[in-house]
Amino acid sequence: MSGPAGRAGPPSRRPRSTARDIERYGALFAERTKVMKSSAMRDLMALTERDDVISLAGGLPDTSTFPADSYASLMSTVAANSCARALQYGPTEGLAVVKRCIVEVMRTEGIEVDEDEVLVTTGGQQVIDLVCKTLLDPGDVVVCEAPTYPGAVPTFCAYQANVVQVTMDRDGMRVWELETTLDELERAGHTPKFIYTVPNFHNPAGVTLSLERRHELVRIASERELLVLEDNPYGLLRYEGAPLPSLRSLDEEFIIYAGTFSKILSPGVRLGWTTAPAPVLAKMNLGKQASDLCSSSISQYFVSAYFESPEPPSWEEYVRSLIEIYRRRRDVMLDALAEHFPREAEWTHPQGGLFIWATLPDYIDTTDLLARGLEEHVAFVPGRAAYVDGRGGSSMRLNFSGVGVDDIREGIKRLGEVVREQVELYGTLTGAAPKPTPRRDPVGDPVRADPPPRTADESANILHLRRKRA
Amino acid sequence: MSRIAVLKGGRSLERQVSLKSGARVQDALERLGHAIVPIDVGADLVDRLTAEVPELAFVALHGRDGEDGTVQELLQVMGIPHTGSGVSACIRTADKVLAKHAMRDAGIPTPDFFAFSETAFRELGAAQALPAIEQRLQFPIVVKPAGQGSALGIKFARTPSDVPGALIAAFSYDRKVLLERYVPGRDLAVSIIDEGGAARALPIVEAVPQQEDFYDFESRYEIGRTRFVCPAALNDQVAERAAAIALEVYALLGLSGFARVDLMLESGTDELYVLEADAIPGLTETSLLPQAADAAGIGFDELIGRIVEAAGALTPELRG
Repeated sequence: MSGPAGRAGPPSRRPRSTARDIERYGALFAERTKVMKSSAMRDLMALTERDDVISLAGGLPDTSTFPADSYASLMSTVAANSCARALQYGPTEGLAVVKRCIVEVMRTEGIEVDEDEVLVTTGGQQVIDLVCKTLLDPGDVVVCEAPTYPGAVPTFCAYQANVVQVTMDRDGMRVWELETTLDELERAGHTPKFIYTVPNFHNPAGVTLSLERRHELVRIASERELLVLEDNPYGLLRYEGAPLPSLRSLDEEFIIYAGTFSKILSPGVRLGWTTAPAPVLAKMNLGKQASDLCSSSISQYFVSAYFESPEPPSWEEYVRSLIEIYRRRRDVMLDALAEHFPREAEWTHPQGGLFIWATLPDYIDTTDLLARGLEEHVAFVPGRAAYVDGRGGSSMRLNFSGVGVDDIREGIKRLGEVVREQVELYGTLTGAAPKPTPRRDPVGDPVRADPPPRTADESANILHLRRKRA
Repeated sequence: MSRIAVLKGGRSLERQVSLKSGARVQDALERLGHAIVPIDVGADLVDRLTAEVPELAFVALHGRDGEDGTVQELLQVMGIPHTGSGVSACIRTADKVLAKHAMRDAGIPTPDFFAFSETAFRELGAAQALPAIEQRLQFPIVVKPAGQGSALGIKFARTPSDVPGALIAAFSYDRKVLLERYVPGRDLAVSIIDEGGAARALPIVEAVPQQEDFYDFESRYEIGRTRFVCPAALNDQVAERAAAIALEVYALLGLSGFARVDLMLESGTDELYVLEADAIPGLTETSLLPQAADAAGIGFDELIGRIVEAAGALTPELRG
């Protein structure tokens, strides 16, 4: 960067890299960086942060709802009671004071754990990283949903995982397809190192794994002795329906659980946690030590002060207030979609969480649509980000938690107009009035209420065993 | 020492690339002893320029507004000399359709093409002409927006059923698109700089994508994604012909200061075709112009120095 405006900077600065440097550094990069993809999407996404853009792209909770006074008072408590300790390193596994809070949150989720079963992490994201670090050799298979959490894709790629995605419908991962996939893999000599799933209010798909399928998934994992990484950032943000038991509460043996304070308090504290079978947890602890020694002590004391504070709002009250706000925003977005999106579009109806997944006719590429959307000052996440194999090109992730209701209405209206334009143009180009695409499940595949008959032919049709070195 | 405003960023889809170009330019200008006024171009551009009173503006913007003559027009109105090409050359170059028509009229080889606005399809029934176009161009056909750099929105249609989707994608970036014959072969870039009042072609860079079947937006800017060969391994006759054609395009479009001309060397025929010209080529670590200059023994600082010098030598009236 330059010096202050109008003044010459230090003359001794070395030039940035030359063409020869590019060749030289290129030769130094590790093999895994070749699959760490940057993309046009990334550059487009950078534009979504402009002030004049209504961004439905973020995965952001609305932190403006947290009272500034409470923040100030909690930090004062930390300063008064734990200043030196908060400024110090802590144990890798996390401070006991914050583990107590985690045990409390997990109990609210219906999971009983002891403090010594918990590893505090730097956000839920670090759990994914540590699981990959602990379990994966290059080329190892990871099974996940299609679509999957876009933030997990670069992590899988960085560890050179061989990612296999199993499709979903409105009840979450199709477990019968999972079984077929596992059989296929087994015949090819591959045993997945783990299955990655977001069972509640999936990011990005917005769907929730049904109770029956939860039992099935746990059974499959147990019978085949496969680890499942249950990523549950949104479980407490339920806007309708009864809570479903977590996979961890159904089985302790093969479930690695990832939790986070990001969506129930603040992503800024960068605190998450994991529980896992003891040998796995021990390895993850070593992995964390190598990564960052420990998570922020300041954050841990802050969270602890928050949970212990007698001042309102309690953490449960705060979560309830978030639920009220987000439910309203979700409803506004669903209404706006119904009003402004053409009949060719479909979308999910999330019972909680932060996202709606919309799917457009397959002739619309949502990465290109994002460029058009940015011209109308509105942004979303193109669906391709949630796949490792180029699928998802006509889907989009829409976030409703991070923006106010007026912006949601306006953003969806503008997007709807652009999509309608493109649908009409397609009709013009093909010389026919646009026909609605065949009725599909909003997550992307043909709607099928019940598991399909498992004839050989049918299996061949539904099995999308697309493997690609991520 | 001059007081130079470096215009970068902006609101185009190539903002990130421009920020990288701008950062490198700033560093180089500082090392050359100039006083720098970095400006991330936005609604306050005129105010900033009025307040800062730079002697020269280094335009390190890419894409819409920065490269299509808009910013150049503003600078000329304000009487601020700037690097690179003038308004009309920028307009001619940024619009691929205008540039290709100019080339075709002048007998410069460019792949056969057809261009349409959205209105032509919506109101004039241009869709009816698609089969004839497809027959003329033969598949695969390249479909691209008229006004976008960096390969954003460029699609390959391999069959007739790919064409509508490809057009819709291209129309996401521009109201005008072109369908172009696909030229299989080697991807060559000829960079040009003004030197002592005359245009000079630098050694040719060949871009060899490592993974994708198309030299796309990602590989263009990411270290390790594309292998660059400079000077490209070409026989002298082909290299000279490519340089001559590029210089002809440079003169035809009225470009000045610096620019880049992209060509394809068709496999089988060894014919050269001009795909497009770029009035403000990238100046990032992986950009082709700095690599070409490097191969000619011109370091990045010297390159930037020459671009500034060339800008100083030209009054707005002398620019295209």
